[in-house]
Amino acid sequence: MNFVEINNISKSYGTHKALHETSFSVKKGELFGVIGPDGAGKTTLFRILTTLLLADSGSAKIAGLDILKDYKKIRQIVGYMPGKFSLYQDLTIEENLAFFATIFGTTIKENYELIKDIYIQIEPFKDRQAGKLSGGMKQKLALSCALIHKPEILILDEPTTGVDAVSRTEFWDLLRRFKDMGITIIVSTPYMDEASLCDRVALMQEGKIMQIDTPANIIKNYKPELLAIHSNNMHDLLVKLRNYNINSQVYLFGQTVHFSSNERINQSDLKNYLQNNGHPNTEINTCSPTIEDCFLWLMKQHN
Amino acid sequence: MKKFIGFVKKEYYHIIRDPRTLFVLIAMPIAQILLFGYVITNEIKNASIGILDHSKDEVTKQISSKILSSGYFKLDASINSEQEIHEAFRKGKIKEVIVFEPHFGEKLKKEGSAKIQIIADASDPNMANLLTNYTEAIIRNYSIAITTQNSQISLITPEVRMLYNPELKGAYMFVPGIIAMLLMLISALMTSISITREKELGTMEVLLASPLNPFTVIVGKVTPYLLLSFINACLILLTGYFVFNVPINGSIVLLLAECLLFIFMALSLGILISTVTKTQQAAMLISLVVLMLPTILLSGFIFPVENMPLILQYLCKIMPPKYFINIVRTIMLKGGNLSTLWSDTLILFGMSIFFIIVSVRKYKIRLE
Repeated sequence: MNFVEINNISKSYGTHKALHETSFSVKKGELFGVIGPDGAGKTTLFRILTTLLLADSGSAKIAGLDILKDYKKIRQIVGYMPGKFSLYQDLTIEENLAFFATIFGTTIKENYELIKDIYIQIEPFKDRQAGKLSGGMKQKLALSCALIHKPEILILDEPTTGVDAVSRTEFWDLLRRFKDMGITIIVSTPYMDEASLCDRVALMQEGKIMQIDTPANIIKNYKPELLAIHSNNMHDLLVKLRNYNINSQVYLFGQTVHFSSNERINQSDLKNYLQNNGHPNTEINTCSPTIEDCFLWLMKQHN
Repeated sequence: MKKFIGFVKKEYYHIIRDPRTLFVLIAMPIAQILLFGYVITNEIKNASIGILDHSKDEVTKQISSKILSSGYFKLDASINSEQEIHEAFRKGKIKEVIVFEPHFGEKLKKEGSAKIQIIADASDPNMANLLTNYTEAIIRNYSIAITTQNSQISLITPEVRMLYNPELKGAYMFVPGIIAMLLMLISALMTSISITREKELGTMEVLLASPLNPFTVIVGKVTPYLLLSFINACLILLTGYFVFNVPINGSIVLLLAECLLFIFMALSLGILISTVTKTQQAAMLISLVVLMLPTILLSGFIFPVENMPLILQYLCKIMPPKYFINIVRTIMLKGGNLSTLWSDTLILFGMSIFFIIVSVRKYKIRLE
């Protein structure tokens, strides 16, 4: 039984198509990631799901409730965390939490068990105003506020954007814990490395979903050959590699350049070519793809 | 109900944690009323005048001292020739010059009439008018006094009585106006800003995604400001009463109830503004331009509605402050009660209901 079902949702702002016939479904208790760069349509999709925006066409259901007709009931069972920090900066941690508990008709006490793990980390600062918290603490508070009414589903829009690496890891640990409690989670992120932490991911680009699968399957389905190349002059290396083979994709990846092609690449030919073009000391290795490689490859196929 | 209380509590925190706004809210009414009371006044007090006395006899001295002891005028410099008059005016030292013709007292005795010339600086026409009127009145009184002394000729003497404001004090006029203006400003401006601020900061998104219904949000927003505005109304009334001696002749309970009604109207107007604007700045601009100017200009606060062109008179009829100012004046000065004010009250009430219905309907249950 699918907990969330989205059918052919489209949404335009004027002439700009933000979402193009998007469809997918999320199972109960699943941690589902929506991965894509800024402007991919993630926020629009989430706002439609949380009944904050109306889709131009298409339909969606959460827990069997229609997002159009039953929007009031959906608002009761969804815990939503917008991309922008949206708590009251002039209220303290405790006041914010108490306020959100009240408007959902509950109290902090009643659902304390659920948020205990996160809240304990920020409780020492409970009398501090939310505006004066660090990015990581703000996220934890926002998550607590989204959870305080014991939602059946969490919809989190880029919760880890602008948060330091340690806090990001902690945050994902927390998400896994809530997933284990049976809460369905849909989370979006622009960070490709976070995709592997989800049960399934949808790779999104310019309002379209390119692929939906488990992170492992997405990597398994990566067909082309992938090489990691290192040289002294990385910038020139990029230019030279782009000239080598038209049907290839070349991009910087950490300390190396990733070079991929649908055709077979003869490594010694490539090495010779680079030697003749001012790169005597290159290091060429085959490497296994990451989600980012998959994403970029899919992007190229779709264009 | 718990949701509502929680919401009001949150609004209360917003207000008290923003000391600047709080200061403005409390200090502004007092500053405004003092400003209007002492600066913007069209009463005459110690206006500088000159006297050119060609006669210098008993009668002219008597008239001069009557004028100068009235409290409205003070002698700035004695003027000795016609040339000096123009010079004094051009320097701006004096506002009016009174000229007695030569042999004034003699002529008055022998011929029964004598002439006084009053020259006023009409670069400020209202002021010139007022000054000459005051001067004429004093001279008329004097002439009536001496004629009735000396002869038995019966004269028609109109006896003017200024009802409700015998001393023609400006404060009587502007205190009701200021109440209307400030209540409008605080109620409409503050609510519209506080709602648009939630839109700007993104907190509206979370509120909308929650099961709070529009009615709770709106009423929760309004309640703290209702209280605050009511305190302000009391502050203005107290300042008016103790500093400017503006009486409250009618029922205080009725007056406060009418204030509450007007506040409610202004608050619903503020919510209406916030439903059609997206930013705090836009809300502020609309509140100031669309609400403040009509409150000052088209409400009878300063300029009488009856003197306006017909089209503006019709425009005034849809301005809520016009009715409120009339209500406040009637209660405070004339001691009027609901039997004379029911129609104005009903109109204000109708307007409030209209605005609140429109804003609840216009309140968006989604973003965009």
